[in-house]
Amino acid sequence: MRAHDNAKGGGGAPPPPAPEGYRTVLDGPEIDRALTRIAHEVLERTKGGRDVALLGIPSRGVPLARRLAERIERVEDLRVPVGSLDITMYRDDLRLAPARALGRTEIPDGGLDDHVVVLVDDVLFSGRTVRAALDALGDLGRPRAVQLAVLVDRGHRELPIRADYVGKNLPTSLREGVTVCLAENDGRDAVLLGPARDRARPGAERRPETEGAGS
Amino acid sequence: MRHLLSSGDLTRDEATLILDTAAELARVSDRSVKKLPTLRGRTVVNLFYEDSTRTRTSFELAAKRLSADVINFSAKGSSVSKGESLKDTALTLQAMGADGVVIRHSASGAPHRLSHWVDGSVLNAGDGTHEHPTQALLDAFTMRSRMGRLEGLRVAVVGDITHSRVARSNVLLLTTLGAHVTLVAPPTLLPVSVHTWPCEVSYHLDDVLPKSDVAMMLRVQNERMHESYFPSVREYSRNYGLDAERLACMPPDAVVMHPGPMVRGVEVSAEVADSPRCTVTEQVANGVSVRMAVLYLLLGGS
Amino acid sequence: MPDTDRVYLISGARPLGGDPVDLLVADGRIADTGTGLAVPEGAETVDADGLIALPGLVDLHTHLREPGREDAETVATGSRAAAMGGYTAVHAMANTDPVADTAGVVEQVWRLGREAGYCDVYPVGAVTTGLAGANLAEIGAMADSAAGVRVFSDDGKCVSDALLMRRALEYVRAFDGVIAQHAQEPRLTEGAQMNEGCVSDRLGLPGWPAVAEEAIIARDCLLAQHVGSRLHVCHVSTRGSVDIIRWAKARGCDVTAEVTPHHLLLTDDLVEGYDPVYKVNPPLRTADDVRALREGLADGTIDIVATDHAPHPVEAKETEWSTAAMGMVGLETALAVVQETMVDTGLLTWAQVADRMSAAPARIGRVTGHGRALAPGEPANVVLYDPAAPVEADGAAMATKSSNTPFRGMTLPGRVRATFLRGVPTVLEGKIS
Repeated sequence: MRAHDNAKGGGGAPPPPAPEGYRTVLDGPEIDRALTRIAHEVLERTKGGRDVALLGIPSRGVPLARRLAERIERVEDLRVPVGSLDITMYRDDLRLAPARALGRTEIPDGGLDDHVVVLVDDVLFSGRTVRAALDALGDLGRPRAVQLAVLVDRGHRELPIRADYVGKNLPTSLREGVTVCLAENDGRDAVLLGPARDRARPGAERRPETEGAGS
Repeated sequence: MRHLLSSGDLTRDEATLILDTAAELARVSDRSVKKLPTLRGRTVVNLFYEDSTRTRTSFELAAKRLSADVINFSAKGSSVSKGESLKDTALTLQAMGADGVVIRHSASGAPHRLSHWVDGSVLNAGDGTHEHPTQALLDAFTMRSRMGRLEGLRVAVVGDITHSRVARSNVLLLTTLGAHVTLVAPPTLLPVSVHTWPCEVSYHLDDVLPKSDVAMMLRVQNERMHESYFPSVREYSRNYGLDAERLACMPPDAVVMHPGPMVRGVEVSAEVADSPRCTVTEQVANGVSVRMAVLYLLLGGS
Repeated sequence: MPDTDRVYLISGARPLGGDPVDLLVADGRIADTGTGLAVPEGAETVDADGLIALPGLVDLHTHLREPGREDAETVATGSRAAAMGGYTAVHAMANTDPVADTAGVVEQVWRLGREAGYCDVYPVGAVTTGLAGANLAEIGAMADSAAGVRVFSDDGKCVSDALLMRRALEYVRAFDGVIAQHAQEPRLTEGAQMNEGCVSDRLGLPGWPAVAEEAIIARDCLLAQHVGSRLHVCHVSTRGSVDIIRWAKARGCDVTAEVTPHHLLLTDDLVEGYDPVYKVNPPLRTADDVRALREGLADGTIDIVATDHAPHPVEAKETEWSTAAMGMVGLETALAVVQETMVDTGLLTWAQVADRMSAAPARIGRVTGHGRALAPGEPANVVLYDPAAPVEADGAAMATKSSNTPFRGMTLPGRVRATFLRGVPTVLEGKIS
């Protein structure tokens, strides 16, 4: 993705055009608004955000979790613990590809026990990433409850998993791929819809490296 | 990567990936549940033809933390001691469905041979006087954790270089990772072609220590004295042993490493061994993380 | 075996690589040579168009393993391999079990060779009892036996005791014998596994320094000259050895030397994969040594090519490097390797090949019926070699009982089409007959 001078993806300069073959389904301001709405919903559902901890799933779930935390802290005067949860070692498709590099797992000080953990990811697809994340979580502590927030839900679930907070429901075909760009990783904010880069099977898709189409 | 036979086989990117992966996995040791499901259903065989409780235990723990099934196949008390050939043992392990074989052998190159006879990954856990790549990886990991970098780091490797698999693996790996290695030993304990190696060579420890960020002390075996590699342990220790006085000549943040088991009073004095600048126990802890990383990267994927 | 009365007309062969002629073989001898010879009645014609004709090759250094290691080779299988390689005479080394250190053992080997009938087998006698390097074996009894031993060697082990070597050199003078020394200083090669140098240091294999060979050769040349005896140096493998032999010859020492085909072609970097098929004594050396050996063979410093054919059963090689046996089979590939390394490189003519692989070894071994000219009246020991028939070396396809060829997978430039031993084809159309 091209770097963009308006790195925070807010207003100001006109959004850059989507690359050839891609369509922008969410631009910077829309992502912003979606996150703000999710922040409010989290506060509502968790009765003011007490005991909430946000865990982003690398790589793009992590900046999303941080942004959500900032927004929650702006609304309520409280500190929201943020961390990251790498699910690589818990994946069910490890043997389908060469061994992958690990992402970072960063559990906030104070741990996860008795917290309401909100897992944050960019795209909800097959549900397998979330399944792996739940397994990983079980080895790290015992949260009081676990919830899921995603920027995009593109459907095609392969497991009985649903999101508690959704930025945008995006009906897609399996021939399509969803790419999430975030300023922190990619220099700008956008959600793009284009041709699927991997086999058109949700479980077979790789984690975000090239395509923000996790599960 | 299919096997890990020599540290020379690793590119800089591969070596860095192993160290980065180990850094993540090191954090698992701090959790209450120190286990990952990654290698569930995979079988790792520890095939040890030499006694080495510490290396075998380290590999065993690493494999178990990744949920692999571990079989310890030691030369003692098995068909190996009844004269079974390495090849027949390999075929047996193959038939048992070993996904990975960790081999320690007194013959240089035994892991290379084994890699031709099994389908699984072969991990060299020390072969003769050839290599010990996971030792070099854990050493590099320890240096990186302590010093914050490897690029440009000045490492002195001191002792019996000729017969040391640790030295060979370290020269190759540290050079790949951008560190500068100086080998320090009496001329009798240096290979004849050492001038072709990608490192410096010195016969004088006192010249090298002030310019070294790391002093890696190798074990000196008593029998070398009887083979006239040096006149006496006392003379060796006087010229090549690291004591507090010599340690004081090193830069203030320099560290002392030893692959273990240490012979106190020969290559390191007790005072140096017990100093906080000596990383021996850290090296042991890091060994588990590095071996987890290698097992994951070799066996975790397709 | 085919009957010995048969007459053969070998048509269109190129003796020593020269112009094509016909060779008429009858009664075990070359009856006539010339162009357009008439085919006598009942004669079988062997079409040798384009083939090189050489006198039957003579190997001064073969391990036939019998008695003792019949699982690796027998006199019968080894002499068949020899015939397939174009050899009509081989010298069977003494390191059998029991050691060929008595008249009884050498006569047994000699008799087994006669019974097999594929080539003449000349037993080599041990220099010291049991190859132990302590006491002289019964050299005189072996010389006087039916085997008529003239070459004595502890090959596989060095006669390292200088005084014992002096005595052996002196003793064999009585019957014009020769001591073939395996030059290896034992203390410098304790536990040695491969050539000492960059590769051994990298692989962590104990090194086998060139000086361990060179020091013994220098000593032995000086000893031989001092006592006025003949010395033969087995399997020279280093540049320094070539230099020393050149120097010794120049100062009048009666020394001869051999080089193996594998030392003319292969280098120590092949050991990289730890495949013991490349494990041999003396070890494979560096490319610089290979150059020196080729030059030495070309200028006559090294007199002959000898195979050091050393068969081993599969299990002796399918193992870790350090426990594997040392040695390579070589009878069936020798001529092709010499073509590749010496003829195709312009270092030797075919006539010189005939000298280095037939005439000179026969002379050193005092073998009279071999290594002769391809001329009327001479014994019909002939090899027909096709220098333009590339073939991939394959141990499994060889006549030797073992398969440890280091040339496995390599394409060698030619092959033996026929071998005649005193007028009888032991090999015809590339097959044992």
